[in-house]
Order: sequence, then structure tokens, then C-alpha cells
Amino acid sequence: MIALRAEPFDASALLAEFTARAAGAGAIVSFTGLVRDENDGGAVLGLELDHHPRLTEQALHGVERDAVARFDLLDIAIVHRHGALAPGEPIVFVAAAAAHRRSAFDAVDYVMDRLKTDVPFWKRERRDDGAHWLEARAGDHEDRRRW
Amino acid sequence: MKILFFGRLRDGPPAGPVPSGVRDTEALRAWLGGDRPELLDTSIRIAVNDEIVPGKQPVEEGDEVAFLPPMSGG
Repeated sequence: MIALRAEPFDASALLAEFTARAAGAGAIVSFTGLVRDENDGGAVLGLELDHHPRLTEQALHGVERDAVARFDLLDIAIVHRHGALAPGEPIVFVAAAAAHRRSAFDAVDYVMDRLKTDVPFWKRERRDDGAHWLEARAGDHEDRRRW
Repeated sequence: MKILFFGRLRDGPPAGPVPSGVRDTEALRAWLGGDRPELLDTSIRIAVNDEIVPGKQPVEEGDEVAFLPPMSGG
């Protein structure tokens, strides 16, 4: 399941729904990413997340398919915000259900690395010194190459 | 032709009418890059009609062409 949401979501409710659906799984791993309240030494006042309505959804489906095939998952959920976000709000939720824990841990790690570099999202932070577009860091590309 | 900019490229001016001699993505990039050299950077990917194209691709009237800077999701 993938979802693009303009409104805030409740990660614990998403995990409860996912767990209820994942009958027969031996392991569920989930990750929730939050909007930071500081970056590069400046206070973050908010985050705008630009996306491409069709390409972003296609790319998320591609990551979902790749993760299910690669890690032999029983189920996966990727929920990503777009639009205007406030510090502390969840920006992304990823959950993977598998027969054993290693596949579920690896799948979530893999999906997060793909999201950083391969899916059309662009972040602009509003800080006290103005607005800054963010791009994937060198470390994000190194993480992507691990897979 | 509809030309869309995403991420930091949104901060620049919108594209004007595309000259009739511009018939592929690289010619389009070169034409737009005259005013906006940041578009010439190879890290800027191009999508034609919702598909990211790896290299030079024909474009024509009615196509939607999107310029995509490096991504930063998650």
C-alpha cells in the first residue's frame, strides 16, 4: 500500500491498521520520519514538500514492488506527506511485514534509502534566516549504493 | 508544449513559447538554458509525459515536459 497525504497522519494508527492486515507475518518493522526542528544550526519553522502528482506516485509504486520482490515481504506500507508541514509532524511512515525479522528490517532500510534519492520529492525548509531547498546529501547516495 | 519546473527550479521564471525548431529534450534544455543556465546541469532530469527519459527524446506540441532537480524525499 502506498499513499500520498496532504494532511497530517497518525503513525501509531497506521501501524495498528497494518498489523491487523498482516496475518501470518512473523515480523513487522516500522519507521516514522519526523520534521526536524533545527538544521545547520538554524531553527526550522516549517517544511514545504514539493512533489509531482503522477511521477511521485509511480515512483512510490516502483519502490513498493521492488521491496516486496527483493525481501519476500508479505505486505508493505509507504505513506508520505506533501505540502506544508510543521516541525515534529510525521513526514513518512514505512512498515514491512515478513516471515522473519531480517527481511522486515532490511526492507524498511531499503525503502528509506530509495525515498531519499529516487522518488520525486523536494524539501524546502523555512528557517529563521529564510527558505532553503534541500537536496540529498552525499551520505544519502552512499546509502543508496549499499543495495 | 507545457513546461513544468519542480523543487528549486520553481523559483525561476516560467518558460515562454517554445520555438518551432526545438524538437527534442536536449534542444529544449539548451534553449531554456540560455536564460537559465542551471537547467544545463546534468543532475537536472527531464520527464516527458510522466516518464523520466534517460537521454535525448523527441518532443512535440502537446507534450508535457518536466524539469526535475535532484530529489530529497523521506
